[in-house]
Amino acid sequence: MIEKALKGSSLYWGWIIFLLCLIGAGFMAYLYQLKVGLGITGMSRDISWGVYIAQFTYFVGVAAGGVMVVIPKYLHHYTKYAKIVVFGEFLAIAAVVMCLLFIVVDIGQPMRMLNVLLHPTPHSMLFYDMIVLNGYLLLNIICGYNTLLADKKGVPCPGWVKPFIYISIPWAISIHTVTAFLYAGLPGRHFWLTAIMAPRFLASAFAAGPALLIMILLFVRKVTKFDPGMDAIQTLAKTVCYAMIANLFFMGCEFFTAFYSQIPGHMHTLEYLFEGLDGYGNLVPFMRAAIVIGLFGIFLLLVPPIRRNTKWLAVAAASIFLSTWIDKGVGLVIGGFIPNPFDTITEYHPTFPEITIAAAIWGVGGLIVTILYKVAISVREEQARV
Amino acid sequence: MSMDRRKFLKAAGLTTLVGLGGKGLFELLKPGAVEAEMAEEGHGHHEEGEKNAGPKVRLAMLIDVMALNKEKIEKIVHTCHYLHNVPNWGDPKNEIKWIWEDEYEHVFTDSYNEYNHILEGLPFLLMCNHCDNPPCVRVCPVQATFKRPDGIVAQDYHRCIGCRFCMAACPYGSRSFNWLDPRVHLKIEMAEGRKLNKRFPTRMRGVVEKCNFCVERLAEGKQPGCVEAAPDVMFFGNLADPNSNVRKILRERISLRRKLELGTRPSVFYLI
Repeated sequence: MIEKALKGSSLYWGWIIFLLCLIGAGFMAYLYQLKVGLGITGMSRDISWGVYIAQFTYFVGVAAGGVMVVIPKYLHHYTKYAKIVVFGEFLAIAAVVMCLLFIVVDIGQPMRMLNVLLHPTPHSMLFYDMIVLNGYLLLNIICGYNTLLADKKGVPCPGWVKPFIYISIPWAISIHTVTAFLYAGLPGRHFWLTAIMAPRFLASAFAAGPALLIMILLFVRKVTKFDPGMDAIQTLAKTVCYAMIANLFFMGCEFFTAFYSQIPGHMHTLEYLFEGLDGYGNLVPFMRAAIVIGLFGIFLLLVPPIRRNTKWLAVAAASIFLSTWIDKGVGLVIGGFIPNPFDTITEYHPTFPEITIAAAIWGVGGLIVTILYKVAISVREEQARV
Repeated sequence: MSMDRRKFLKAAGLTTLVGLGGKGLFELLKPGAVEAEMAEEGHGHHEEGEKNAGPKVRLAMLIDVMALNKEKIEKIVHTCHYLHNVPNWGDPKNEIKWIWEDEYEHVFTDSYNEYNHILEGLPFLLMCNHCDNPPCVRVCPVQATFKRPDGIVAQDYHRCIGCRFCMAACPYGSRSFNWLDPRVHLKIEMAEGRKLNKRFPTRMRGVVEKCNFCVERLAEGKQPGCVEAAPDVMFFGNLADPNSNVRKILRERISLRRKLELGTRPSVFYLI
C-alpha cells in the first residue's frame, strides 16, 4: 500500500520537500544541541522544562483525541465514521511519534534512554508514560493498517483486529491520564497539583485532536476526490464543541478554587499567566488570547448555520486548535515553574535552535500524516472508482 | 567486579558511619534507637513485621542560623563547591549550586510571616534536604536518584538520563542540571587559578546533580565539608538515635524545617 505515497502531484512533492527541509534544519540544530548541551535552549535552573515537554504534552492530547472517532464507530456503530476512522488512527500515529521525539530531544543523555527499560521503575509516572505511549503507537499501527488493508481488498476487517480496536479506546484515555499524572502528583508545584488535571487534559484533547482532524479533512475534501462526508465532519464538530466547553468549564473550576480560597500559592501562577505577577507577564497576551479565541470557536460551533458553513467551520476548528495549543502547549508547562520554589520569578524565552528543533518534529508529524493520508486517500479514491 | 557501584556506595556509607561524630557503629545500632525514631516521627509508617528489621540510621544536618555570617557562608559554599568540583558559571541560567544563601522570605515561602522580625534578614543556607520521603526519588524513571539506608538521597551521575523530572518534583529547588559541559567551564576557571579536587569526579553535561551530604567523605570517616568548614554552624549526625549530637541539640534549640506541609520530611534543620 505504501507505494501509493510515491505517486503524487507537484504540490504533493513540493510539500514533502518543504517538510524535509524543515526536518533537515531541525536535525542540524539537534546535532548542535547534542554537541553543546541543552544550554542552547531557553531552559534554565528555574524553568527546567520548556517548548519540548510542552509540545509533548499537547500532542499526547492530539493522539488521544483520535479516540473520538473510534468510539462512535466501534461502540455505537456510527457508520458515517466508517470512512474516516482510519484518519483518526493515522493522526494518532503521527502525534505519538511526535511525542516520543519531543521526549528524546528533551533529555540530557539520550544515549542512556534505554535505562528506562534496563531499570524499570514502577513508582515513576514516566515509566508508565513510556509503556502507554509506545503501546498506543503499536495499537494504532495495528488497527489503522489492518482496517485500511481490509478496505482496500473490499473485505471486512479481520476478527483478530477487533480486540485491539477495543483495547485502544481505554488506552487512549490512559495516555493522557498518565501524562497528566506526570504533573498532578508533584508536591510544591501548586499550579499542577490539581485532581482535575487529568479530566481537563482529556477534555482539551478531545477538542484539539478532532479539531485538527476537521481541518485536515476539510483540506482533503478540497484537494482530492475523496469525500469524507459532511455529516461525519459535522458530527466531529459537535464533539469538538462539547469537549471545548468542558475544557473551559474545568479551567473555570481552577480559577474558582484558586481565587475563592485566596490561597496565594494557588493564585500565583494563574495571576502570572493571565494578568502578570510582580511585573512579569510575558505570557499574558497569549493566555488572554487563548480564552477569547476559544470562546469565539465555541460560538461558531454552537450556532448551527455557522457550523454548517464550511469556511466558518474551518475557522472554528483552527480557533479551538490554537486556543488549546496556547493553553496546554505553552501556558500549562511553563506556568508550572512560575513562581519557582523560592517564590521568585524567572521567565522563559525559547531560543532559535530550540524552536528549529521543535519545528522539525512538527515537520516529522506533518510528513507522517501526509504519507499515511496519501495512502489512505488513494485507497478511498480507488474504492470510489470501482 | 561482583559488586556494582551502587552496592559499594551503600555498603561503604553504612560501614563508615563508625567515624561519625566520634561515635562507634555499635552506638548507632543501640537497641531502642529504631523504636524511638518511629515513635518520634509518629507517621505510622512502621509496620509490625519491621520491628526486628535491624538498625535505622537517618543522617541529618542542623544549621545554626544565629551563628552564621557572611564570612562563614562564603567559606562553607566555597569549601563545598571546591570539594565537589561545582563549576561557577556566574549566570543564573546555567548555574549549578549545591549549597547557597537565601532570605527567610524565599526559604519559608508558604509559612512566611512578615512580622517575624527575628527571622527577617537572617541568612539561610539552602541545600538538598535529603527528605525521608523524597519526591525526586519517587519520580525518577531510572532510579538514578535513590535513598540510601542511612537516609542520604544520592544521585548516580552515570545512570541519570537527564529528563529533569526530579527538578520538577523537588519542592526545594535543590537540584541543578548541567545545561552545558561543566568540564569546559572548569578548565576556564582552572586557567584563572581554580584548583580541581582530584578525589571527586567532575560531571558530564546533561545530568542532574545536588548536595550528597558528602558521601565520599563519610566513606573515609570524615565529616561533611560544610561541617568541617564551619563546625560551630553546621552539625551532622544520626537523627534516628535519641542520644546523638543532633538530637541533643534539637532538644535544646528551636528548629525550623522547610515546607513540612508537603510531607517530604526534610532532614535539614534550621536552628534559631
